[in-house]
This record gives sequence, structure tokens and C-alpha cells, in this order.
Amino acid sequence: MSTVTRNQLMPGVFLTSIHTPKFKSSMLSMTLLTPLRKETAAVNALIPFLLRRGSESHPDMQSLAAALDQLYGGSIEPAVRKRGETQCVGFVGSFLDDAYALDRSRVLEPAAGLMGELLLRPYTQEGAFCPEYTQQEKANLADRIRAEINDKRQYAVSRLVEEMCAGEPYGVGRMGREEDVEPITPQSAWEQYQALLAHSRLEVYYCGSTQPQEVGRILEKVLKGLPREGGYEVGETIVTPLALQIRQVTESLDVAQGKLTMGFRTGGITMADSRYPALILCNALFGGTTTAKLFLNVRERLSLCYYASSSLDRYKGVMLVSSGVEFADKQRAEDEILAQLEACRRGEFEPWEVDGARSYTASSLMTIPDSQSRQEDWWMSQTAAGLAQSPQELAQAVKDVALEDAVAVAKGLSLDTVYFLKGAEG
Amino acid sequence: MEEQQYEQVGESLFHTVLDNGLHIYVAPKPGFQKSYAFFATNYGGMDMRFQLDGKWLNTPAGVAHFLEHKTFDTKEGNALQDLAANGASPNAFTSTSMTGYYFEGTDKFEENLRILLSFVSIPYYTQESVDKEQGIIGQEIRMGDDEPDTQVFYGMLEGLYAHSPIQVNIAGTVESIAQITADTLNLCHKAFYDPGNMVLCVAGDVEPERVAAIAREILPAQGHPRVERDYGEAEAPQAHKGDWEKVMAVSTPIFQLGFKDTPPEKGAGWLKWELTGNLACEALLGTSSPLYAKLYGEGLVNESFGYGSEAYPGAAFLCAGGESRDPAAVRNAVLAEAERLCREGLDEALFQRLKKAAYGYTVRSLNSFENICVSQAMAHFNGYEYLTFPQCFAAITKADVEECIRRAVTRERSTLAVIRPKEGV
Repeated sequence: MSTVTRNQLMPGVFLTSIHTPKFKSSMLSMTLLTPLRKETAAVNALIPFLLRRGSESHPDMQSLAAALDQLYGGSIEPAVRKRGETQCVGFVGSFLDDAYALDRSRVLEPAAGLMGELLLRPYTQEGAFCPEYTQQEKANLADRIRAEINDKRQYAVSRLVEEMCAGEPYGVGRMGREEDVEPITPQSAWEQYQALLAHSRLEVYYCGSTQPQEVGRILEKVLKGLPREGGYEVGETIVTPLALQIRQVTESLDVAQGKLTMGFRTGGITMADSRYPALILCNALFGGTTTAKLFLNVRERLSLCYYASSSLDRYKGVMLVSSGVEFADKQRAEDEILAQLEACRRGEFEPWEVDGARSYTASSLMTIPDSQSRQEDWWMSQTAAGLAQSPQELAQAVKDVALEDAVAVAKGLSLDTVYFLKGAEG
Repeated sequence: MEEQQYEQVGESLFHTVLDNGLHIYVAPKPGFQKSYAFFATNYGGMDMRFQLDGKWLNTPAGVAHFLEHKTFDTKEGNALQDLAANGASPNAFTSTSMTGYYFEGTDKFEENLRILLSFVSIPYYTQESVDKEQGIIGQEIRMGDDEPDTQVFYGMLEGLYAHSPIQVNIAGTVESIAQITADTLNLCHKAFYDPGNMVLCVAGDVEPERVAAIAREILPAQGHPRVERDYGEAEAPQAHKGDWEKVMAVSTPIFQLGFKDTPPEKGAGWLKWELTGNLACEALLGTSSPLYAKLYGEGLVNESFGYGSEAYPGAAFLCAGGESRDPAAVRNAVLAEAERLCREGLDEALFQRLKKAAYGYTVRSLNSFENICVSQAMAHFNGYEYLTFPQCFAAITKADVEECIRRAVTRERSTLAVIRPKEGV
């Protein structure tokens, strides 16, 4: 029903194109891949937001909004993602598929044109970004970084990663550090933007009813003039296989509920490793589903929490556990989480736990092609890691992996850092 | 089952009603791996006072949500685990006026559908498991206490409404849920989990007749008459309180600005109210409105800004919110812009492109099976067909949108709810 094709449009510019008639929309994204570094993370994160303020022919937000309304309410949003130690910045757009336009007008071609214009021909003043826009977007970026604290559940996970990977590029948040925002000038942002355009790999993704050759033709036209000066390689993410000692970090904030997070190293297993399907199964058995040990024990048996789950960062070789508990229950929850990990290491599973974890994970992978945005994220992330495996292939590998391999992987997990966010008083 | 084609949006919908009163809708989705089934009752957080077997009953805040958690319990174990063991992703939610159970999966659709219909329709509540759930839901409530978006939204509703139960937190409080017993749950299940008060919506590459056949086989043959509900005294047109505030550990003020409107009648008018309300928001303060560009440029709103319209029995409102350094300035600017629009009228070209954009956005949202099923379930409970939205859009005039703004967007009808940052955060 759908076919995936990948080809090179220009040096260091790749188009992944998925041809399918099954969606009402088409999705288009353009993403520059650059190493995640604490010095440049903030300015890189600023750039797509700055570009989104205005282009040569649509110099302000209102004229951009009007152009998008005319494209049947299409969206073009700045996107800043972190995939391992690669920072991915650009735009993600969603548009009405040409098949559903009321007057048979075409949407994809002008929409791609608008996205290309935003990426390549920004509104400038005196040969750099507009000072007014730069000032406003700097303030917005600083607000966005500070606003992480508003979502306590996510904040506790981010703080855990910061603490756990303090000496590694991975410890830097996708938006960079607040202190690096203030020194940015219209000129310095412009120089970084030029460097990004000239030296980063550009990944373009399309999914919709238009034929890949036609998409390629449109994008070659749209991206004409993109400077290409070499150096498009994507850097490798440093993987620390083992934790040497367990660190305990506790902070307090005015919260009603404690947020307990725990970070494990996976023994060096990332998505590029042949043991990765075993790691996926191990995570699903331990804390990745509603049939997992954490859900059944920390929540259902002990009623300690509403949520207790584990997730993987597939680039970095890290597994994170997150739960919300009463302050007084922190130690009980932590002990139970570790006891459940021990049970996994001893291979104590009922057959239905294994079947459930396996089929749940496979099913979740198999439905990725049913969603344009999950599919976009999948392929963008795969290519950032230099991989070409499809979700269906990984699903099959998870179905085939032996339970003993998942148990072996559980034995190789090592606890690195425990981060607990507790209340301000007491 | 009867098929209705919606050619303009490339969808069709099969529909039937069983003898027990259950309405079933199936949207065929060829080419997709997954299928999605949604079984919902017209019963939510606001339905706390109702008449059963001739008696008026008052139930504690949070009972619909508590019931949702405990409905997964079965005599043999737990349906959440049964569905997950089949590789499906099951879940449920309770909203203000609806409780819905669903699963998404790639295999064993018919077996999973049987599980879904069985566990939802067969009550099995024990006091022991109710006691245990108090701890879990207690933690869910505490999690909500730390979520500024949740807090500010309820704050706005508390400001807008004097009596309507929509202002009561759907999850209840630790104190209110402590009053819930297995008997309470059995009573509420009997009152509201009746096929005549429910709807089944399915999307996927499935056989519509099989869905109906399985529902006939699993569910009771007979339904009961609908129970009466009481939502309190009729509301005045004005907001109950103009302002609401709370201090939390946040980085910047977070606000919701609400405008109380006259609730729509059930039927096609309900959809028209919702679409008109959304267009009114777009015209007044939406991301392509002149006001939004001005507020964004002044740093008064950022990309967290969101807006929309919501309607419930006896209560309807427009709202907008997000982060802002000065929420009071946003409110004043919105009221001034509403006055200007009432005076000068809405620009015809802007109106036409907003309609075009809203149409495209709504069609795109049909990619989501969950959206199709949940929207159709809500449409069913409110007396219209969701996929008629293109015709409804076409019939909305500029005057309709202007009238909505004139009616609802006034200072007297507004509440500004604000979460202020705690000093030192």
C-alpha cells in the first residue's frame, strides 16, 4: 500500500519519500542535522523560530499566516529535536492532500515552496536577521527553556538526564542553556545559520499521494540555491556502557507529589546493536507496558503511584524510569522498582507477560506507518543514526528474539543516577 | 448496516441501532494496519445528581472517573491486561460529559472487541479493589495538583459558573473519592452503562456487519429508559466571578481567559455553535488574526497560546490561554479587539480564508481514528453527525461569527484565571 524511497537530491541532501493514498494530508519536513554542543545548542534552537518569523516575500507573521490559510490551513512549525548527540533543527509541515482541495487547486507545490523560502530566504535587515525579531525570539527561547519547570513530570526526567550525563554532550537539553541565549546577536545568529546551511546534512521527508519522482522534482526546485560546502557527516553519539557508581540527587520545589526518576546504562546497547530487539523486549517486560512488572507491582499491587514506567533512549544506550509518588514513599518505590528489575534478571516471567510484551511492542511498531508524524520521526531518527531499518523489520526482530536474550540484557543494566524531586517544606 | 457516503472528505460511515438502543458507527479504513474501537457512555464528571428508580441521588465528585478505573476489573482478572496480552493498546478516559473505553491494535480485532464490550457492560466491583484504587487515583489527583494547565482551566470554569457541575474536577478530590464504595459504583453503572445510553464507534479495515453481530451477541438484549440528570440552577449569562488566581512553582504566569456563551440546543445547531465558536476565536485572536500578530510582537503571548470553544449540557464557552508576562493586558486587548470587530465588522477576505483554513484543518484531523470515533461519539450524544461538517462550514456566514463575538466576548461574560509564579522560582 505504501512504498518508501530514498534518494540524494544534492550533495548532503536526502529525500525520504513515502507514497501512499491513505491519508487526508501530506507531511513534509526539512531537518538540518548538527552535532549537539552546549556552546551552539541555544543558537541552533533559535534559528528555526527566527526563520519562521518572516521571509523575503512574506516578511511578517500575518502575511505568513495568510499564505498558510490559503493553503487550506497548512501548518509549518519550527522543530528542534535531540537524537542522541545530534541536534536536529528545521521545519515540520502538514498540508491538506491535493486530493481533497475544494477547487482542485494544488497544495503541495506552493507549500513546499513556502517551506523552502522560510529555510533559505529569510527576512533580513542590513545583511543579517532582523534585530526586532531576534530580540523577541531570544526572549521566547529563554522563556521556553525556563518553562520546562512547569511540567514537573518531564522536568524530573530532564534533570535526571542532565545529572547523569553532566560530562557528556547528551546532558545538554535540546533547546540549549538559558545563559547562552542572551549573548546572541542578529549577526552571530546569521553566521551560525549560514554555517548550518553550508555544512549540515539536510534530511527531507515527504509522505502523501504525490509520486516520488514528482516530489523530487518539486524539492530540487525549492532547494535550489542551498549553499553546499562539505562536511555533512553526522557525528557519533558517545555511549557509556556501565555506571561506575550510583549517584543520588534530591532537589526540592513547591510540588504536591514527589517525582522519582532513575537512569540506567544499557551495557552499551543502542539501536545499532544486534541486541537492540532484546533490549526493547526487556524494557517492555520491565516497565514499558500495562502488563509490565512496574505497572503491575508498583501501581496495581502496592498502589504507590498512578504512573511508573520505563523508556529507552535508543541512541544513547540509556533506560529511564519515571514515577510520581508521595514524598514519604520514595524509598519504598525505589526499592520495589529495583526488586522488579531483579525479578527480570532472574527471568521470572509468566508466559502471558512475555507474549503481551512481545505482541504489544510489535503492534506498536507495526502501526507507525499508519501515522504520518510517527513515520516522519522514525525515518528522520533512523537516518540521523545512519540506519535504514523499517518499523516492520524491527517488529519482526522483536517477535523473533529469545526471552533468554532479554534476560541477559536485563543483567547488563546498571543503575547510574536516582533523581528525586520533593516538596519545598519538610 | 446502512452506509452513508461523505464524498467530499473521502469517508463513509456505516450505522445501525440495536434493539437494546445501542447505536453503532463503523468507518472503513482500507490500507491501514491498525483498527480502533471506542465504546462510550454519555456519562461524565458533571453527572453527579440523577434519578434512578424514582429516587434522586447525589454522588461524590470523581465517581465517573473512579468507575472508569474499576470497570477494567473482571471476575477472571483485569481486562486491561487481557487486551494488552493480545498486543492491543487499551485505555480509557473520563471527560466532563463522557466516559470512553478503547483499544487500538493490529491483530485479533474480533477477540479484542468481545473483551471490550464484555468488561464495560458487566460490572464487577469489590470493596477490596475499591479501597486499593483510592491510593492510585489519589496519586493521579496529586499529579493534577502539580499541573498548572489543569489548575488554571478549572480556575476559569470556577470563575465562569456559579452552579454548573462542569467546574468540578473530573477526578474529584482525595476527600470526595474517599466516600466512594462498591455500592456507589454498582449504582452508577446501572444508571449509565445501559446500551441505550452508549455508543460504539469503530475505525479500521474491518467488516461492519461483524461489529454489529458481535455487539448483539455480547450485550444485553434489552435497554432501559434514560435516567434524568440535574445540573443545578440555570446559569446567569454573566460570569460568576471575573478573576481567579493561584500561586504555583511556574516560570511565568499561565492564564486561561474564558467567555461564557448561551449553550446550544442538541441537534445540528450544536455543531454549528462549535464551528462558529472556533471561527470566532480564529477571527478575534487566532494565529492569523491581526490581534495575535500584535500580542506576539509585544511579547504578550508565545507559541504556547491556544484557543477553542466547548459546549456541554447547560454550559458553553469560548476560551484562550497559554503563557503570558501580563495576562490582564491580553484580556484588555481581546476585549478592545472584540469591540472593534463589532463596530467595523469582520474583514470579508479574512473570513473567507479562515473558513478555508478551518475546513482543511478539520479534514486533516480525519487521519486520526481516535478523532473520528471520539468526535462521532460526542456528535451522537449531542444529536448530529460529525462528518456533516463541510456542509455546516459552508452555511456559516460572516454575520454568524460577528454575532457570536458580540454576544459572548464582553467583560461581564469573561473570567481571567491566572497561575502566578511563586517568588524565587
